[in-house]
Amino acid sequence: MLTAVEHFPVLVIVISLFSAFTILIAGRLNKKSCCFISIATILVQFVMAVFILHYVRTVGTIRYWLGGWSPPWGIEYVVDALNAYALVILLFLALICVTYSKRSIEHELPHKIVPFYVIYQLLITGLCGITVTGDIFNMYVFIEITSLSSYALIASRGKIALKASFTYLVLGSIGACFFLLGIGFLYSVTGSLNMHDLSLLLPSLYGNKVVQAAFAFFMVGLSIKMALFPLHTWLPDAHAFAPSEISALLSGIIIEVSTYAFIRVCFSVFTLKFITDYVPIIFDFLCWIAAIGIIVGSILAIAQYNLKRMLAYSSVSQMGYIMLAVGLAISTHSPLWGGLTPALMHILNHALMKGCLFLVAGAFIYKAELWNIADFQGLGRKMPYTCAAFTLAAISMIGVPPSVGFVSKVYIILASLESGKFIFVAVMLLSTLLNLVYFWRVIEMMYMKREESHSHPSGSGKDEIPPSMLIPVLTLALLCIIMGILWLTEIPIPLLDQVNSMFGLGVYAAP
Amino acid sequence: MIEELISISYRPVLAILCPAIASIFIVLSGKRPNIRESWTMFASIMQFLIIISMIPAIIGGGVIKYTFFTAFPAVDFGFEVDAFGLIFAITSSFLWILVSSYSIGYMRSLHEHAQTRYYFCFAFAIFGAVGVALSGNLLTMFVFYEILTVSTYPLVAHDQTPEALFAGRKYLAYLLSSGCFFLAAVVLTYHFAGTTDFVSGGIPNLASEASRAALMVLFMLFLLGFMKAAWMPFHSWLPTAMAAPTPVSALLHAVAVVKAGVFGIVRLVCYIYGVDLMSELGLGVILACLASFTMIVASLFAIAQDNLKRRLAYSTISQLSYIIFGVALLGPMGITGAMIHIPFHGFMKITLFMCAGSIMVASGKRNISEMGGIGRTMPVTMFAFTVGALGMCGAPPACGFVSKWFLCLGTLEAGELIFLAVILISSLLDVVYFFPIIYTAFFGKSEGSESGLSDGKPKIKESSMFMVVPLTITAIFAIIFCFPNPVTDVILNLAEMAVSNLGGV
Repeated sequence: MLTAVEHFPVLVIVISLFSAFTILIAGRLNKKSCCFISIATILVQFVMAVFILHYVRTVGTIRYWLGGWSPPWGIEYVVDALNAYALVILLFLALICVTYSKRSIEHELPHKIVPFYVIYQLLITGLCGITVTGDIFNMYVFIEITSLSSYALIASRGKIALKASFTYLVLGSIGACFFLLGIGFLYSVTGSLNMHDLSLLLPSLYGNKVVQAAFAFFMVGLSIKMALFPLHTWLPDAHAFAPSEISALLSGIIIEVSTYAFIRVCFSVFTLKFITDYVPIIFDFLCWIAAIGIIVGSILAIAQYNLKRMLAYSSVSQMGYIMLAVGLAISTHSPLWGGLTPALMHILNHALMKGCLFLVAGAFIYKAELWNIADFQGLGRKMPYTCAAFTLAAISMIGVPPSVGFVSKVYIILASLESGKFIFVAVMLLSTLLNLVYFWRVIEMMYMKREESHSHPSGSGKDEIPPSMLIPVLTLALLCIIMGILWLTEIPIPLLDQVNSMFGLGVYAAP
Repeated sequence: MIEELISISYRPVLAILCPAIASIFIVLSGKRPNIRESWTMFASIMQFLIIISMIPAIIGGGVIKYTFFTAFPAVDFGFEVDAFGLIFAITSSFLWILVSSYSIGYMRSLHEHAQTRYYFCFAFAIFGAVGVALSGNLLTMFVFYEILTVSTYPLVAHDQTPEALFAGRKYLAYLLSSGCFFLAAVVLTYHFAGTTDFVSGGIPNLASEASRAALMVLFMLFLLGFMKAAWMPFHSWLPTAMAAPTPVSALLHAVAVVKAGVFGIVRLVCYIYGVDLMSELGLGVILACLASFTMIVASLFAIAQDNLKRRLAYSTISQLSYIIFGVALLGPMGITGAMIHIPFHGFMKITLFMCAGSIMVASGKRNISEMGGIGRTMPVTMFAFTVGALGMCGAPPACGFVSKWFLCLGTLEAGELIFLAVILISSLLDVVYFFPIIYTAFFGKSEGSESGLSDGKPKIKESSMFMVVPLTITAIFAIIFCFPNPVTDVILNLAEMAVSNLGGV
């Protein structure tokens, strides 16, 4: 007999999927109800995710057999510490964004409210599916659901967004194809699609060229999906022209969920043993690629004058942080910063920071159609809370203590020191300075540049965004600091430790 | 060596919280200037009282400790108050009271904009500075060090003119880059030694864990990290930052920010590397040469400046290197001199800056060449200025004499006569750039007399009382410190306590 919580992984998805259809029907009767249905659904999902996380921490991995079919034949949902963690972050940010979207979508896409929320809910379904599933083909299906709904959402503004969406569609499909090819190759040699089953069948076949090719396909496919430099070319346009809450999700979660898939495939389907014995070079290579991505992403961000494009390039750089941390994971053994801890930590941190920044960018567009950094003069006076939130998130990105960015930075630096790669310490520090350059430019413009009196005849009255948008933004901004202090106190570390012990990384590595 | 009594107490936390909490209230009462400023005054006085309440415990040979949590194995995030940290904390918190009062006068006389932001950032900067003073290890220090950098940016760029914005940008570029080096150094220290705690006499296993070359590189990283100490050639942010309002220059660029830099260097030499390791590696001599170079060259630069604040800025650069120089001598006398020069220079330099601001408010004059005869219209201000200037030159009866005396003894103790010559030459240069100011002020012809406004008897026109009183107080203190009395004894005792705990010296 399963306990209630053990049903939650499938419920999270089912509820979400049904909610999408409900919104479609309810939206025909009453447009205003869409947003509330969506908020309610995601709230319920979030609460479930928290319960799942608690269950996973206290009892252990949840395995749910869909339709009662036992694993190698049926689809299995497996939730361990890693998925539960990703699920909570994902639903939290989704909740924040949907709350924010109420006013902003009414303003930006007044004629497309119903389709927006239907597709939004489908997007969340897809994202949740990727995280909870234990079946690799099922994961592919959810990746496609996620991608298709994000193509639609990116295109929703029309005009130039269509082009951005099309670029993403082409590259995203290529990525998905690679992923599918990888699955096909594995299936051809093992005859199984279940991740756990695969991990048991594969070790005897590690020397097989087909298996190794499958690994390469997975790597490339997912690297496109998560916009790892130099496969990031779809990202800046897509993030810049999507509605802001979607940009926040794209940057804060969607590319991170692809990272999750990457970690899952590397360490759950394949294992640490495969990586260290057969393709040891690949993680070193990953580190270098990520390091180049960090620097190039930041330099390109400096060259932007559109705030959202700048943030998009900054995401390219931040993905570099995460992948650098993943790349270092196999060579660090400290109980604190060893293994995947820094990478998983930065997934959460980046979701908070970048989510906040994109939502603020959206607030400027909502209020005054301000896209370019040069137009931000005097905003610090006009929208004090929004700008304060931006400042908090921006100094987190720069890595001023005690913010989340600082903690990630220190952990990654400690990890690179431990694995003896001093060059990455320099890369991280240089990246701090580059972040400083492009974020401080915005802060200076908002607070310090004197307004030219003729351009703003309305004077310096306050003109804040409505509370339903402001509260999500401020929540994320404050969490940037609060989470930073929490990380420093090491309270959440045991959770990440559980992930490391699962994969035999960090301090749990076999000597 | 004295057995250290470690006591756990909330007092360091309370001292830190004063400005932090005040900053919140300052923002909340932004619409009512009087209430806003009283929060500043109240918090500054409270903070000072809390800090001096820690003196007896420290003089008794104890250490006050408070740990929030452990951030990394063997690295706590917490405070540890020792004698040396307390000296810096007392200086910053006491001068905050006076500068708060001075700020009120200055900001209101000039009808400055964005005063709420100004007071908010000011309180936050003090939060950072006192945090640096009380922190018990490098990580905690780094956190407050960065907070100090970021919170002072809006103060430097306060005017929001293109010039001020440029200054702000340069300020951040220099100091946050230096923050990166500092972070690298902290992490490397942790990597080598497994701890970042300040230990009197140096972290014991640092020398055995790291190679000689690594220690050299680490030391350079630390020095670059302490760019706040404005050692040459990384000094140019300081004169540029003089674009800030004068009270900011006074407190932050003569006391809090730059002193956090030299404070860091003293911590590095005495509490991370330790005197023995320093002399073994020959780093003392390198540091002393660097400091000597800065002392002399900065003084030469100062001579060339006509803008009073810029001249004072170069004088600060030169004087900061006295402190670095004192530590670099690696002897008890030199280190004592360096430690007491932190408060002494703070008092003298703040007097000079407040005088410069006072002159600007009362007469609008910024350049020395325009200040002919100003001593006759502003006698109190210029008298205080003279006291400060005498102190800078190391002449009695101002307290600069005491610290310079210790420094000279330090050079003799180290047996390096060449360094004694450096100090004397530098003092001479100090006279060269301060004397003309005093001469012009008291004996120069005022512009007013040419236009026939005054008939022999000049009208006294001082600035507001909010400004004159604080600068008089600091000037009086600058004299008091020169003579034996309870206040001086406290500082000297603390410095001797700190030095005697260093062990190896």
